Amino acid sequence: MSDPREPASGGADSREPDADVAIEEPGSVAATSTTTTTTAAARAAAPEVEPPSRWHTMLHQIATGNAIISVLAVILALIVGAIMIAFTDENVQKASVYFFARPGDTVVAVWQSVSGAYTALFQGSVYNFNRDTFAAGIRPLTETLTFATPLIAGGLGVGLAFRVGMFNIGGRGQMLIAASVAGWIGFGFDLPWGLHMLVALIGGLLGGALWAGIAGLLKARTGAHEVIVTIMLNYVAFYLVSWMLRTPGLLQAPGSSNPKTPAMKETAIFPALLGPQYNLHFGFILVVGATVLVWWILSRSSLGFKFRAVGENPNAARVAGINVKSMYVYAMLIAGALLGLAGVSQVLGTVTTGFTAGIDAGIGFDAITVALLGRSTPWGIFVAGILFGAFKAGGFSMQAAEGVPVEIVLVVQSLIVLFIAAPPLVRTIFRLPDPSRAAKRPRPIVTKEVKAK
Amino acid sequence: MKLELRGITKRFGSLVANDHIDLTVEAGEIHCLLGENGAGKSTLMNVLYGLYQADEGEVLLDDEVQHFAGPGDAMAAGIGMVHQHFMLIPVFTVAENVMLGHESTKAGGILDLASARAKVREISDRFGFDVDPDALVDDLPVGVQQRVEIIKALSRDARVLVFDEPTAVLTPQETDELMGIMRQLKESGTSIVFITHKLREVREVADRITVIRLGKVVGEASPTASNAELASLMVGRAVELTVHKDEPNLGEAALVVEGLTVIDPIGQLVVNDVSFTVRRGEILAVAGVQGNGQTELTEALLGLQPRITGSIAIDGIELSSASPRRILDAGVGFVPEDRNEDGLVGEFTITENLMLDRSNGAPFVRAGNIQRAALEQFAREKVSEFDVRTQGIDSKVRQLSGGNQQKVVLARELSRDLRLLVAAQPTRGVDVGSIEFIHKRIVETRDSGVPVVVVSTELDEVAALADRIMVMYRGRIVGIVPGDTPREVLGLMMAGEVPTEGAAA
Repeated sequence: MSDPREPASGGADSREPDADVAIEEPGSVAATSTTTTTTAAARAAAPEVEPPSRWHTMLHQIATGNAIISVLAVILALIVGAIMIAFTDENVQKASVYFFARPGDTVVAVWQSVSGAYTALFQGSVYNFNRDTFAAGIRPLTETLTFATPLIAGGLGVGLAFRVGMFNIGGRGQMLIAASVAGWIGFGFDLPWGLHMLVALIGGLLGGALWAGIAGLLKARTGAHEVIVTIMLNYVAFYLVSWMLRTPGLLQAPGSSNPKTPAMKETAIFPALLGPQYNLHFGFILVVGATVLVWWILSRSSLGFKFRAVGENPNAARVAGINVKSMYVYAMLIAGALLGLAGVSQVLGTVTTGFTAGIDAGIGFDAITVALLGRSTPWGIFVAGILFGAFKAGGFSMQAAEGVPVEIVLVVQSLIVLFIAAPPLVRTIFRLPDPSRAAKRPRPIVTKEVKAK
Repeated sequence: MKLELRGITKRFGSLVANDHIDLTVEAGEIHCLLGENGAGKSTLMNVLYGLYQADEGEVLLDDEVQHFAGPGDAMAAGIGMVHQHFMLIPVFTVAENVMLGHESTKAGGILDLASARAKVREISDRFGFDVDPDALVDDLPVGVQQRVEIIKALSRDARVLVFDEPTAVLTPQETDELMGIMRQLKESGTSIVFITHKLREVREVADRITVIRLGKVVGEASPTASNAELASLMVGRAVELTVHKDEPNLGEAALVVEGLTVIDPIGQLVVNDVSFTVRRGEILAVAGVQGNGQTELTEALLGLQPRITGSIAIDGIELSSASPRRILDAGVGFVPEDRNEDGLVGEFTITENLMLDRSNGAPFVRAGNIQRAALEQFAREKVSEFDVRTQGIDSKVRQLSGGNQQKVVLARELSRDLRLLVAAQPTRGVDVGSIEFIHKRIVETRDSGVPVVVVSTELDEVAALADRIMVMYRGRIVGIVPGDTPREVLGLMMAGEVPTEGAAA
């Protein structure tokens, strides 16, 4: 709140036209007071705490709804995906031409294309039975976990912010800044093995945390909405990193004119977990640790208790002596560090040969999907991240083995989000009862006064 | 029109919300349906209005059996309903709202607003409602919005009007005006069903009273019955309506407020140069019509108002510029006016809500970790001590009734070492049985030597609790008078008139 003396310049005045309208009830006693609703009361009394808007409520429901909806959404999306695979398959198209003469052909073709595609998806993401040895057969699973690593970290960052009532869309920017800091330390310094990695990791986490912290601080201090700020910070980060990548002496590899950094030094790279034949790296262990940490914060710590209180009801939190503004800042710092972990694991684990401004690989946005699918709970996000990792790993083999366009996987991912965002649709399809109807309890309208003039 | 309900039964799964309810409302009669929250009053009226289908029983209008498939049928048959939550579109004018749903059009599909306006004016004049058909509903006070609802029902020729808890949203004055309107409607031959749990209103307007408890009719009463009789019918046991309290055992001055002025965020002076003192072991009740600065006064005491001047001191410690955290730590207990908004986190469990304002250290937090065992034990103790009716300490607070929610707030606040208790509207939206309990606890707190500030717009509550009464009007103190000051004097003071026989007490 900048200056409460100037309501006309702030949002407060425009948001509540009813509060300062002088309403004289004609013909009634002088003491008759006018009334507005509670929401207006809360706004008037607590301008610095954002009232839960309808937008907020919707997000909140999407982000923290029922786990069964998540599972059903995945199933539904896979079914719709199957239909699309069948429709785009050439054999199905050929067979359908004479569908009425020999419908069996079409059915067989549909079955072959769909089962082939999903088998390829499975073999590309979990276990490949066509390989001779277990070591080679299990490789897809390790790929899945490698892809899942930044997705889980990013999902935790977005999910944690959700739980505090904030929508962190700035994953891309936070990842880019973290990757740049970690990468710069990774290729630009000579430090002993282990220490180098640690310093780069911490540097990256701090970078991501501070970048997200800007949004948190602006929200706390000025009330700027974090959605706008984080989106804009994405652009700032992208162009900042792009510029540094083109500028010799900053991030650009010496002697190169490409906007790309040099390779990371051996001492800074995350060690491979299962030996050099697999890509799975130490970052996965860090992400498991991060999941445990976030679980502890949210369910066991006093900080997480305050986080959740602020996320559920900022007014009550404030009345209970919780400093709502600092919670926003802390939450964004932690969320940024988690997205920073995603960025760091990209540069120190996955792409160690130097990175470009595309290092985030869309993970900052996929993280939102992962957080939604995981219902913003740490272990839900962990599972959702692995699922999306499997889609990424399996999507390529699906295309390679069956000629199914990789875009189908993206469509399936998008459908999952769509179904999660529309729980009534999923409930109708599966004939589930509507939980809100049973539990609905009318809230008493409490009258609120007006200021005496 | 005569309305008769015969043997209405409505079940939701295993829960019988209405169990063979019989009810007859004669033409031109105000029939009160009295019962606690959750007794089944609203279910019964929803059956009448066609929103629910009864499992058994029938609805008769003028001795003819009716079958309502939905509210449309009920309206067509002459039943109108004034909901507790208004069904109005705020950005529409009064006339537009009244015509909504049965708009008449002129040639070319143009809305016939003129006839709607005329209709609003005609009904408004007939009953002296004084409602401008062209006013935006959003700009109208709640009491007038309610009249728009009444006009809406009357414009559809309703002969039976159902008022569902109509006074819950009204100020005392607006309530009195509504009573007048109801009497007028009755004289014009309309039958009225008046649903409420407020005893005084019932006795004021009702011709007949039917009391419902746990889905059954438990008795009929005449308006001459005493409050105690009605309350015991409603609750099913004898209820003490007046709290038994001894003479206060006054200690030294504990809360000293000097020249307190509060300017609200939109720049209005809401508390104007207020000074008062509360002594240990004393209850100071702040009375006044809603909206005369009481809310802001309590918020200022808690450090929730950013722009205050003047001094607030508790036991000599200046707290006017302290944060809510520091004020809570200094031993101030706070029961906020709107518990859903400010007092509880609905999605949290009872246990979590009980530690809401103690999330910083002992006894529930050690080294950043929540001490779950200690917390759960504490929650179990408090749930039984404060008689919170719940399935368990892990129930979400959202699922509790108003009275039980308030008990959770009270349990949390009273289980700290208090040096001041501030309770704003402690029994608003709370059932009769819980009111008794809450009042007792507040008096016990006083008797343990804690100064108490109770803010209430209900004169009954003020009279029951106060050792002294401070009346506020337009942000100022009209006067501070003894607790046994007659109602009429208080009423005048609440309208801003300074009592003649001296304001000091």
